[in-house]
Amino acid sequence: MNISEIKSKIESALPGVSVKIVSQSLLVEKPGNLTRVVRYLKDSPEFRMDYLASVTGADYLDYLESVYHLYSMAKKTGPIVLRVRVRRDEPKIPSLARIYRGAEFQEREAYDLFGILYENHPDLRRLFLWEGFEGFPLRKDYLQEDSEILEAEDIQWLEEHGIPIPEDIRKQAHELKQQGLRALAQKPTKESGV
Amino acid sequence: MAFAKNISAIDQGIKNELAQKGIVIATLNDLYNWGRRSSLWPMQFGLACCAIEMIATACARYDIARFGAELFRPSPRQADFMIISGTVTKKMAPLLVRLYNQMPEPKYVLTMGACAISGGPFIDGYNVLRGIDRYIPVDVHLPGCPPRPEALLYGLIQLQKKIDSQEIEKCEWYQKGLKRVYPVPEYGPHGLIPKYNPEVWRPRQEELRKQRYGQPILTGKKTKAPHLDVVTTAPSS
Ligand code: SF4
Repeated sequence: MNISEIKSKIESALPGVSVKIVSQSLLVEKPGNLTRVVRYLKDSPEFRMDYLASVTGADYLDYLESVYHLYSMAKKTGPIVLRVRVRRDEPKIPSLARIYRGAEFQEREAYDLFGILYENHPDLRRLFLWEGFEGFPLRKDYLQEDSEILEAEDIQWLEEHGIPIPEDIRKQAHELKQQGLRALAQKPTKESGV
Repeated sequence: MAFAKNISAIDQGIKNELAQKGIVIATLNDLYNWGRRSSLWPMQFGLACCAIEMIATACARYDIARFGAELFRPSPRQADFMIISGTVTKKMAPLLVRLYNQMPEPKYVLTMGACAISGGPFIDGYNVLRGIDRYIPVDVHLPGCPPRPEALLYGLIQLQKKIDSQEIEKCEWYQKGLKRVYPVPEYGPHGLIPKYNPEVWRPRQEELRKQRYGQPILTGKKTKAPHLDVVTTAPSS
């Protein structure tokens, strides 16, 4: 089936839903409509998209995106690719975990690394990183720590464990703390040609 | 790899000559080290792709049993040799240090592959530890991605040479006040706390990566992503 045929089928079956074709995939314009579209694709005898292969997050700087790949095991067709775009400051997308059980871990992963909030998810916790990790490391504005320079909390930890700390390292950490800075990994610049 | 020379009281030349005639002279040290190096018990765990090569080394074709290190133990209490085969993520590193602490003396560590040594291809990642030698001492570094089974056997032979060079009277695990238990790092808000243990490891003074690539860390190309335009004429599927 042609991508524009899929689009017109969805739009005629679900009044009020508008989808846009973006390079061979369908962009659901309003994130709130996602569950309706997916339910339709899953239940309608024409599509029978009974398998959700992947949920992916992506950061496009202006917005965050979640991408879904749907396949049909019954009809041996697919994939249909759906996209949803949300604002960075309010990344809320309805969860598909109630429609496809397999979406649960994949949405947790996207939440863990991109900070996309899947609404009505049964158990939205971090998956790979530990509880207490700050920030979402795959977002493009994430600031990574410099792993060569010890900071004040490292020094404190080492002192608590009775490990001798060389004076230069202690001094460096103290200076950083006084300036209120974190030791961050340098980002590549244009000049470095990367 | 540097190791101290085996200083034996008996001249090696005389020893060899006698050995040809079927007479073997050994010191207690020789027997002791021969016994130890010929039966290393590695700990049974693998962390990433390098583990596949380690498994291959343990199988019939390369047969690590020829070198006496075939008895992979699932418990650190029964093992004295740790092959760190693969990527050490920050989430995994505290567990490795804990396992190292639980091993009985004398214990040896071999890091297998670029990842375990320095982070390898993932060195710039937020999630991968830049080398397990930040927290525990390492006896043999074995570079490669992954090292072939022959290389692992070579690394094992190097370790055996190191064991041969140790002496009963001087070996550290019979000394008083030996501390070979290292504090286990904790999960922090941005990575592990501490970032390294200065007792074991210190950053290099000259930053080789900076010299070679012009900057200490390359976190990938961060340009603006192109906006995807609407495709009006979709090709039929
Ligand atoms: S060094 Fe290479 S083969 Fe070994 S774990 Fe790392 S990526 Fe895998």
